Amino acid sequence: MPARVTVIVGTRKGCFLLESDADRRDWSMRGPYCDGWPVYHAIHDAGTGTLYAACASEWHGAGVWRSPDLGESWELSSEGLAYDNGDLKLSKVSGLTAAHGRLLAGAEAAGVFESRDGGTTWSLLSTLDGQPGRDDWNVPTNQPPGHLGVPAILPHPDEASRFWAIVQGFGIFETTDDGASWTPRNKGLRADWPLDDPEVGYCVHKLVMSPVDNDRLYQQNHVGMHRSDDAGQSWVEITEGLPTEFGFAAAAHPHDRDTFYVVPLDPGHGRCMPEGQAAVWRTRDAGSTWQRLDRGLPQHDAHLGVLREGMAIDSLDTPGLYFGTSTGQVFASADEGETWSEIASYLPAIASVEVTVHD
Amino acid sequence: MAAVHLPPTLPSLFVDLPRRLEVDAATVVEAIDRLDERWPGLRDRLCEPGPALRTHINVYVDRERAELGTAIDAGSRVDVIAAISGG
Repeated sequence: MPARVTVIVGTRKGCFLLESDADRRDWSMRGPYCDGWPVYHAIHDAGTGTLYAACASEWHGAGVWRSPDLGESWELSSEGLAYDNGDLKLSKVSGLTAAHGRLLAGAEAAGVFESRDGGTTWSLLSTLDGQPGRDDWNVPTNQPPGHLGVPAILPHPDEASRFWAIVQGFGIFETTDDGASWTPRNKGLRADWPLDDPEVGYCVHKLVMSPVDNDRLYQQNHVGMHRSDDAGQSWVEITEGLPTEFGFAAAAHPHDRDTFYVVPLDPGHGRCMPEGQAAVWRTRDAGSTWQRLDRGLPQHDAHLGVLREGMAIDSLDTPGLYFGTSTGQVFASADEGETWSEIASYLPAIASVEVTVHD
Repeated sequence: MAAVHLPPTLPSLFVDLPRRLEVDAATVVEAIDRLDERWPGLRDRLCEPGPALRTHINVYVDRERAELGTAIDAGSRVDVIAAISGG
């Protein structure tokens, strides 16, 4: 059967699905789903075919919606998504990951939850107790507006007990024993603010791994783009050649370990693409040089922001790239970012974009 | 039986949950527990661990602001209100 491509868009007012075939020229849209709840991250579990959307209603709390039939039906669960410790309150599930037959969820306050029954029930895996910074990162006065706690978890594709968790404003922590112990992985990162402990205090926005080289990691940081060639044990900065050092989203090419995409944004309050001109930037040599990709993207009066889960890349031979904006547009490229078209124009503010290729 | 009125954001989350229903309970929290027995998970939509009412959920018993421990009787009207918000 020819491949179908589904882009899963998580917005401030529910989840939407954009669908096409392998040509990725013509798109149709379904939604909104999840009862219009604010979505922080929506994903597709390729192992089971289930969609999951991490949501937080200001009235009814946090939960994870799931759909086993690509959006036809949805159920919500928050069973187990809570802290027993009275000092910690779960306000939202910020990031979802499906790997090795289970789901991992990063939460605010900072913690990692897992589900081994397809999102029906959840249990707390770790709050990273004992790690440097742990006594500080759940203190409200240390947190930015819209605090995400653990915004993302990056699984190792071969080792089920090994994954990396980002703690917002503190950095990356790696576990190889399913959260029983952790190691900070921030060596070589830059901070433009004083650090109490050089091991932590780094603002990692997005962490991605090359699918063809699991030691090759990239990150978009609050201050700079960075690359690791040793699975996060050390980092080198690769910002030179980019228009700004700031941004949120990043994507790793599925077939080439040296190709990586970012969306540089102006820092400060604006956090939009510079000069009102939309562009994605690509390196094909692991960050030595960068190319601006803007054919088909608006080049004037386009003050677009893209959040940390707002860009995705598909796994087809010629990969397609997708990004969603804080003003509700989705742009797609079927040729690795060379040319772009707008495939959705009037969605609510977009928090996440993921893509899956399926039968 | 107290008459419980639920906010419009709740019925779509649970199969066959009506906006208005009769509940036999002595307190607000008991009423929520009765509903949770019939529609598992409903308590979590109204209460945080503790338990406590969620920040933007308000309950009124016979038009008086209530808490989880507020008493209700057979003739009470219990309004569960999702706070008005914009955007």
